[in-house]
Amino acid sequence: MKREMTVYRLRTPVSEETARKLEVNDTIYLSGTIVTLRDAAHRRALELHKKGKQLPVNLEGLAVFHCGPLVKKVDDGWRVVAAGPTTSSRMELFEADFIKNFRVRVVVGKGGMGAKTVDAMKQYGSVYGAFTGGAAVLAAKAIKQVKGVEWSDLGMPEAMWILEVEDFGPLTVAIDAHGNNLFETIQTKAENEKPQIYKKLSLK
Amino acid sequence: MVTGKAVENVAVKLLQLAVTELPQDVKKALRRAYREETNEVGKAQLKAILDNVELAEKTCAPMCQDTGVVIFYVKAGSQVAGLDKVEDALRKATVKATEIIPLRPNAVDPFTQKNTGDNTGKHIPYIHWKIVPGDTLEITALPKGGGSENVSALGMLSPSQGVNGLKKFVVDVVINAGAKPCPPTVLGVAVGGGADIAMKLAKEALLEPLNQPNPNPELAKLEQELREAVNSTGIGPMGLGGKTTVLDVKVDYAHRHPASYPVAVLAQCWAARRASARIRSDGTVEYLTHKVA
Repeated sequence: MKREMTVYRLRTPVSEETARKLEVNDTIYLSGTIVTLRDAAHRRALELHKKGKQLPVNLEGLAVFHCGPLVKKVDDGWRVVAAGPTTSSRMELFEADFIKNFRVRVVVGKGGMGAKTVDAMKQYGSVYGAFTGGAAVLAAKAIKQVKGVEWSDLGMPEAMWILEVEDFGPLTVAIDAHGNNLFETIQTKAENEKPQIYKKLSLK
Repeated sequence: MVTGKAVENVAVKLLQLAVTELPQDVKKALRRAYREETNEVGKAQLKAILDNVELAEKTCAPMCQDTGVVIFYVKAGSQVAGLDKVEDALRKATVKATEIIPLRPNAVDPFTQKNTGDNTGKHIPYIHWKIVPGDTLEITALPKGGGSENVSALGMLSPSQGVNGLKKFVVDVVINAGAKPCPPTVLGVAVGGGADIAMKLAKEALLEPLNQPNPNPELAKLEQELREAVNSTGIGPMGLGGKTTVLDVKVDYAHRHPASYPVAVLAQCWAARRASARIRSDGTVEYLTHKVA
């Protein structure tokens, strides 16, 4: 990778220009509004868009968080108890269209995404931020307020939770708007390392 | 004599300890990985893991939203009376723990896809029994996450491939798994016995304390060799790069059929959760993996 990791503290909405400045290995801490969306909510958002309907929230410049939070009802609203990232590859089916139609600038999840998403991020100027898998309490701590919930008919984990966050992170930029995919780079390196590893183990 | 109520109370406590607080040896291994990691991104991931672990412990919240499928290992002293009540007590404990901790409901009917909502179902929680001499009852709770379970693998190798085949199999499984099992993981590896026996031993190996060499020097050497091999893949914490892909590798074996060479690999995510306690005949309880005030 070309340079040292840089730490960015960003506030949503994030501009396309800012998103394009980020490079793989950078770290982001997000503040502002982020929205949780899993498979079902991605599908619904794209269906609404196809019918020419508005989404409950304008997603331009916002961050989409692949997460099914554990949320508790409290007196005057909701409190997020645990909110770790879910496996992003399930959303690969939708994310490219999602970025194209709604211009989200940061996609947050775990495990990385595929070639279609990488292409869309390059074309429209978005990044993928990897949040530490399982770090559910750390995520919940950064969520300061539940601003709203839409599509609750999908069930708690699948609904669209609109969250106000402060210094949400660390998010490692694992796909940038220049076509780099850190997960893929690491995976290819590991594959290439195989002969060396076998040799060290005295295998053929 | 153990009462159902005593077993239930201890098992609820074990589940709570397991999901909110990592055993000392796992925390130590994670801290050591953090100190020794030279990859900046990998180090940042380990820092986030350690911060999360600390926060979970302080707030008594589950450290990961996936609180796993509940598995118990029971070592029952042959002189313990009341063993017939243990299974029912462990099921009750699971229901109660799900409600009060809370645990995420993770027991789904594989045909109807219906979630039972309380972490119990057919064969779940699963209980592994071992009868041992004595008058104490030892219970271990192993809440097992799905992400790491999904990369488990069984290889029915040819006996002519032998130990070299085993080594290659383990390396390949780890590389194929990549970021998926939430590394740094703990690997349980077992060879021999048969397909089911190897898998069972591999999972049970996950209960062994980390960074303590295997009492069998040959296996200790193999564990070290495998640990070094998979840590040179560069996959690193959360698959984002670094030298800590596994915290430890634990190997066990059984004698094999002349025609078979089964090799099982079980991964446990960084949240290597487990908790054990011993109930003595006088009813007192000793927690073995956690400090309990």
